[in-house]
Amino acid sequence: MAAMKTLKTTLAALLLAPLLAFAAGGDVKLDRAPINPDDQASLQRGARHFVNYCLNCHSANFMRYNRLQDIGLTDQQILDNLVFTGVKVGDLMKIAMDPKDAKEWFGGAPPDLTLIARSRSSHAGSGADWLYSYLRGYYRDAERPTGWNNTVFANVGMPHVLWELQGEQVLGERKVQGAGYEKAEPVLKLDKPGTLSPVEYDQFVADLVNFLVFMAEPGRAKRETIGMFVLLALGFLFVLAYALKKEYWKDVH
Amino acid sequence: MAATPKEPVQFSGAGPLNAPISGVLTWVDQRFPLMSLWRDHLSQYYAPKNFNFFYFFGSLAMLVLVLQIVTGIFLVMHYKPSAADAFASVEYIMRDVPGGWFIRYMHSTGASAFFVVVYLHMFRGLLYGSYRQPRELIWIFGMMIYLCLMAEAFFGYLLPWGQMSFWGAQVIVNLFDALPVIGPDLSTWIRGDFVISDATLNRFFAFHVIALPLVLLGLVAAHIMALHEVGSNNPDGVEIKEKKDAQGRPLDGIPFHPYYTVKDIVGVVVFLFLFFMVVFFMPEMGGYFLEFNNFIPADPLKTPAHIAPVWYFTPYYSILRAITEDFMLVLAIGVAAYVVLIWLTVRDSRIKLAAAGIGLALIVLMKGGPLAIEAKVWGVVMMGVSTLIFFLMPWLDRSPVKSIRYKGPLCRAALTIFVINFIVLGYYGVQTVTPLGTAISQIGTLIYFAFFLLMPWYSAMDKTLPVPERVTM
Amino acid sequence: MSEQDTDQRKRQFLVAATTVAGGVAAGAVAVPFAASMMPSERAKAAGAPVEVDVSTLAPGERVTVEWRGKPVWIVRRTKEMLDTVKANDSNVADPQSKKPMQPAYAANENRAIKDEFLVVVGICTHLGCSPVGKFAKQAEAFDPNWQGGFYCPCHGSLFDLAGRVYKNRPAPDNLVVPPHKYLSDTRILIGEDTKGA
Repeated sequence: MAAMKTLKTTLAALLLAPLLAFAAGGDVKLDRAPINPDDQASLQRGARHFVNYCLNCHSANFMRYNRLQDIGLTDQQILDNLVFTGVKVGDLMKIAMDPKDAKEWFGGAPPDLTLIARSRSSHAGSGADWLYSYLRGYYRDAERPTGWNNTVFANVGMPHVLWELQGEQVLGERKVQGAGYEKAEPVLKLDKPGTLSPVEYDQFVADLVNFLVFMAEPGRAKRETIGMFVLLALGFLFVLAYALKKEYWKDVH
Repeated sequence: MAATPKEPVQFSGAGPLNAPISGVLTWVDQRFPLMSLWRDHLSQYYAPKNFNFFYFFGSLAMLVLVLQIVTGIFLVMHYKPSAADAFASVEYIMRDVPGGWFIRYMHSTGASAFFVVVYLHMFRGLLYGSYRQPRELIWIFGMMIYLCLMAEAFFGYLLPWGQMSFWGAQVIVNLFDALPVIGPDLSTWIRGDFVISDATLNRFFAFHVIALPLVLLGLVAAHIMALHEVGSNNPDGVEIKEKKDAQGRPLDGIPFHPYYTVKDIVGVVVFLFLFFMVVFFMPEMGGYFLEFNNFIPADPLKTPAHIAPVWYFTPYYSILRAITEDFMLVLAIGVAAYVVLIWLTVRDSRIKLAAAGIGLALIVLMKGGPLAIEAKVWGVVMMGVSTLIFFLMPWLDRSPVKSIRYKGPLCRAALTIFVINFIVLGYYGVQTVTPLGTAISQIGTLIYFAFFLLMPWYSAMDKTLPVPERVTM
Repeated sequence: MSEQDTDQRKRQFLVAATTVAGGVAAGAVAVPFAASMMPSERAKAAGAPVEVDVSTLAPGERVTVEWRGKPVWIVRRTKEMLDTVKANDSNVADPQSKKPMQPAYAANENRAIKDEFLVVVGICTHLGCSPVGKFAKQAEAFDPNWQGGFYCPCHGSLFDLAGRVYKNRPAPDNLVVPPHKYLSDTRILIGEDTKGA
C-alpha cells in the first residue's frame, strides 16, 4: 500500500505539475483532512456517524447499504447496526423527507451527500479538506437565523448539527506579525466545551470525512489495484513491442 | 475450398501463411478486393522512412476514435437520456453496473485524450507543412474532423447532466442569441425549449451517439483516402515519389506494413500506458477531465460560482471573452492597418480594391456609430473565425519550403509564439475574468490572428535553408 | 531491404509473442465490457428474496408476489384441492416430480414443503406466458373433466393444483418451484433456502 501511494504521488506530480502550476488559490485556507482510506475501523466509525447524524436530513441516493461490504462489514452487521427501518440491505440510502417539505422547513433542500467529497473539491484543496474544515468551522453568530455561521461556508443554511459534540465556538481575532506589517486574522475559540474534547472531535470529523470520501467513489481502492496490474502488463507489452520494432527496423537504413 | 492454391499467399515478410488460411483468402479475394486493399493501404503503401515522434498521433487519433465508439456503445446500454434520470444513470454506471466505472472513465478520459492527440497531430501539420500543395484536401478534411470533434465533445458534455454540463450548454447555446435578427429564434430552436431542458438533452444525445459519429467516420475515411492518394509528407517536406527505383518504389519509402505497423504498436502501447495511468489513478485529472462541479446534478436555478469550458475549448473561449466594447477600436485599427499593408505590398489592383471595400465595411460594422454591431456579436464571430481560419493555411503559407527544418527565423519565431500564445489563451480561458486576464487575452487574440493573416508576408520574405534531395534520418 | 542478414526465426518469435501478449491484453480489456451486460447491483437488489406473510390468505385463495420480476403464486390448498391432486396422477406427465423443476425439498407429489401451501413461479414452461388460475372443479371448454388448476391461454397447456403439467400438452415440464423457506409457520421467504448460500 505504501509503495502504491509513493507511486501515485509521483504519477500525480508528473502529470499534474503543469496543471497545478496554473491553479489559482482559494479564498479560505483549508486544513488538511487527516484521513486514511485504508483504515477500515475509521471508515466503519464514519459510516455510523453518517447514519446517525447526517442520514436523517441528507440522502445518499446513489449509495447502496450493501456497498458497505467494501469497508469490511457483513450484510448482517449492516442490517443490525446501520439500518433502522425496514429497508433491505441492497437498498439505496434514501430518506423519507420530501424535498418540497425540506425546502419549506430549511429554505433549501439539504443536498444529497453521495458525491459531496468529489463535488467539494477545488483547486484550493480536496473535497475532504473542505469538509474537514467546514465541519470544524462553525461558530456562534447571533445575526444568522439559525444562530450559526461558518468560516468555510459563509452564511451556511445548515445549523451546527454536531454542536453537542464540539461545543460552541466563537469568532475572535488574532494579531499576525509579519515582516513590517501587522494584521488581524480571524480565529475560532472554543467558548463552551462539548461532550467531546477538541482532539476527539477532530477524530470524529476525520472519520466522518473519511467515510464521505469512500462513499463518493466506493470503487477507488479496487480501481487503483487493477490499475497497477494494467500498467505492469502494458510495461511488459512495451518490451515486446519495442523489441519487435527494433528487429524490423534493422532493415531500414 | 476444394482447390488449395499452389502459390501460398504472401502477406508480408512475416512468412507464408498455411494452406487452409490462404485457401479462404483466395476464395474471398475472388469476390472482394481484400488483397488489393491490403496492398494499397498497408503492405505496398510506401511511407517516408524518416517519420519522427509527431507521426504517431494520426494512428493514435484513430485508436482513440475506436475506444470512444466502443466505450460509448456500452455506456448507451445503461445511460438514460432524460433530465430526470440522466445524472442518476451515470452514477448507476459508476457504482451498480459491473465494470461500468472502467468504461465510463475510459470514455471521459478518452474525450480529453482525443484532443491531446488531435492538437499534437495538427501541430505536426503546422511544423512540417503537411497542409501544403498537394495535401490541401487532407488538411481540409482534417479541419472538418476537428470541428466535428468539438461539436461531438460539446454535445456529449451535456449528457451527465451535472452543473457544468447544464451551464456550459446554457452559455454556448446562448452565443447564438448574439447573432443579429435570427439569433434568439435560433437558440430557442437549438434548445427546443426556452431553457436547456429535457428536450435539449434528448436531441444532444441523438447528435452525440449517432449523427456526429457517422459524420466523423465518413470524414476520417475521406482524410485517409486523400492521404493515401498523394502519399505522406515527412519532417523534411521532401516528396519521396520524385525519386523512385527501377520497380517504381520510392527510394526513401518503406512499406507501411510491417515497418510502421510495428512502430505504431510501440506508440500505441506507450499511449495506452499514459491513458490508463489517468483512467486508473487520476480520472478527474485535477478537475480538468472531470470537473468538480459536474458531480452536482444540474440545477437550473443556481449557477456555479465559477464556470469554465473544458480545457480543450478554452483558447477560443478566451478569444470570445477578449472582445469587449473598448477592444473594438483596436480591432478596427487592426483592420485598417491590414488594408494599408495590402495597398503597400500587393500589385494586383483588384485585390487592393477588394481589401479596401471589405476593410471599410468591417470598420463600419465595428466602430461605425449607429451602423456598428455590438461587441458581443463580434466576440461570437471572432471565436468562430478563429476556428475556421485554420482552413486557409494551405494558401496563407507562401514559403518556398514546407518543413520548419528549412524555414527561416521568422517562420520559426511565428510558430513558437503561436503555440505559446495558444496555451496562454487556453490558460486565461479557465480563469475567472480579471482586468489583467482580459488584457492578456486581447493581446493574445491579436497575436492569434496576426499569425495567420500576416503569414503571406513573413513566410515569403523569410530566409530559407537548402532542402536536401533525399530525406534525412 | 537486405533479406540475407535478417533473422527470420527471431522475427517470427517476436511477432508471435507480441500477438499473443496483445491478444491476451485485448481479451482482458473485453472482460469488463462483457461483465457490464450482466445484472447490475440494482437488478440484484431488485431480485433479493421476498418475504410473504400468508396468515391472512384464505383457504382456496391465491396471492401473487413479484420475485426477480416474475410472478410467484402462493396457493393455500384446501383438503379437497389436495385430493384432486392425488386423483390426478394419471393425467399428468411427471406425477412424482422426478424432473429437476423444483428444489429437492419439493420433489414430491404435492410439490411443496408444507402440503397446504403451493409456491410456484407463475410462468408456463412452454414459452413463458403466465397461466390463468381455474381452481373450480367443473367442465371447461379445454377439458370437460377439469379437476381445477391452471390453464395457459397462449397455447393451451394445463397444470393441476400442484403445478404439474398435463400429458400431451405443449408445455414439457411442471411449473418451477422457486427456492423458498418458512421463517415461521406463516412467513415464507421466497428466493432463499437453508441449504447452500
